Amino acid sequence: MIAAKNIYKSFNGKYVLEDISATFEEGKTNLIIGQSGSGKTVLLKCLVGLHGVDSGEVWFHDMEYAALSHRQRSEMRRKIGMLFQSGALFDFATVEGNVMFPLALFSGMSKGEQRDRAHACLERVNLLGARALRISELSGGMQKRAAIARAISLKPKYLFCDEPNSGLDPKTAILIDALIKEITVENNITTIINTHDMNSVMEIGDKVIFLHSGKKWWEGTKNDILDAENVELNEFVFANSLAKKARRMM
Amino acid sequence: MMELGVNSIAIVAIVSVFVGAVIAIQTALNLMNAPYYMVGLATRDSLILEFCSTMIALILAGKVGSNIASQIGSMRITEQIDALELMGLNSACYLILPKILSMVIFVPFITIFSIALGILGGLAGMALTDNLTVSEYIEGIQRDFTPYYVTYSIIKSMVFAFILSSVSAFWGYSVQSGTQEVGRNSTRAVVTSCICILMFNLLLTELLL
Ligand SMILES: Nc1ncnc2c1ncn2[C@@H]1O[C@H](COP(=O)(O)OP(=O)(O)OP(=O)(O)O)[C@@H](O)[C@H]1O
Ligand SMILES: [Mg+2]
Repeated sequence: MIAAKNIYKSFNGKYVLEDISATFEEGKTNLIIGQSGSGKTVLLKCLVGLHGVDSGEVWFHDMEYAALSHRQRSEMRRKIGMLFQSGALFDFATVEGNVMFPLALFSGMSKGEQRDRAHACLERVNLLGARALRISELSGGMQKRAAIARAISLKPKYLFCDEPNSGLDPKTAILIDALIKEITVENNITTIINTHDMNSVMEIGDKVIFLHSGKKWWEGTKNDILDAENVELNEFVFANSLAKKARRMM
Repeated sequence: MMELGVNSIAIVAIVSVFVGAVIAIQTALNLMNAPYYMVGLATRDSLILEFCSTMIALILAGKVGSNIASQIGSMRITEQIDALELMGLNSACYLILPKILSMVIFVPFITIFSIALGILGGLAGMALTDNLTVSEYIEGIQRDFTPYYVTYSIIKSMVFAFILSSVSAFWGYSVQSGTQEVGRNSTRAVVTSCICILMFNLLLTELLL
């Protein structure tokens, strides 16, 4: 469980997040949705501690992140897997090297075990064949998938995904969503996903938080979202005409 | 990491040979009335004292410095540094320290290499023009040699290597967002390193000679 309490975050005096409170539950896929620029990435980075917050608290279970000592913080970070919006794969290593990187640092496994684990992770994202390639040789979608493999390599307790399926074709996007959901349930992970893909919302939106210009505008589940009475949310949800038609038919 | 320096060997070699030749020829032309051995001696000492440490550091600041800054800068904007941080690593230590170390170790060797090639370049200069015979030049090279000058040169080159790698890493690391900033900061890295190198050159000359 992760809880955010009254988070404020500004850059150069301009507030990007204002008074965000939310809880993200274990074993569930928690979604943060919102338009481009609404503050999703900043919120995610505040939650994992990559951005300091102006005020407010982030709790991982019963521990407040800001109150942790340096050492506790490092330990905590080992339990976090994160998929960055840009992939953030290390271009000094191969695909396999990237997935093995956190394993080599923290797992205490032998080289052979690390490689086996890396292969298992790559297998899950259907990328085993590309394990020897350099990052620059991958397509955008392959980079996303490799980044997912790296994020799950250490079997994290907390998984953060910044737009895991943007830039993927619809079929792969569904596979990735399903994979994240599966891992979440299997290992009882607290998973937080940024997305603006309504497909993902309808597939895996156990809990959905809608951000609008840095504020939490709405909160609910995928079942409530279609008949929520909220102008901005409706604009977001029914932005594409297919969804509009679906709504008229309801 | 070694690639940082290794890729620069060709340019260092070319510059050293040509500058060596030019220094020798100019000294020969300017020292018409001085003893013949002065040409070799002056060429050797100016290469050791000034050219090979300072000029090479300036060349490397341009080549390696901008490379370090843009590499670290693009790691910043592609969130690779965030990823390292999130894994609980101190990204600054992890990325910058090895670069500084390898430069501080490697640049003195490049400097010595450059001294050798510069002296050979001077020799070629003498062979190709008729100012001085090659053996007169060689005699000058061997005359009144002060080993301390080489030590001085190596110390300078290590300090310069430290300056150019750390200054460039700093500029790369301080990129916040956007590819434009990567370009801007790698230019800044080169300019700042060059200025620092020149200032420290003055300081070290005062202190060490
Ligand atoms: N490092 C930063 N410095 C200054 N402003 C920033 C910084 N990072 C983000 N912002 C601002 O914060 C706001 C929210 O950005 P954020 O990246 O969280 O959007 P997002 O919801 O993730 O959008 P997208 O869907 O396009 O990724 C934007 O207006 C952006 O300009
Ligand atoms: Mg984003």
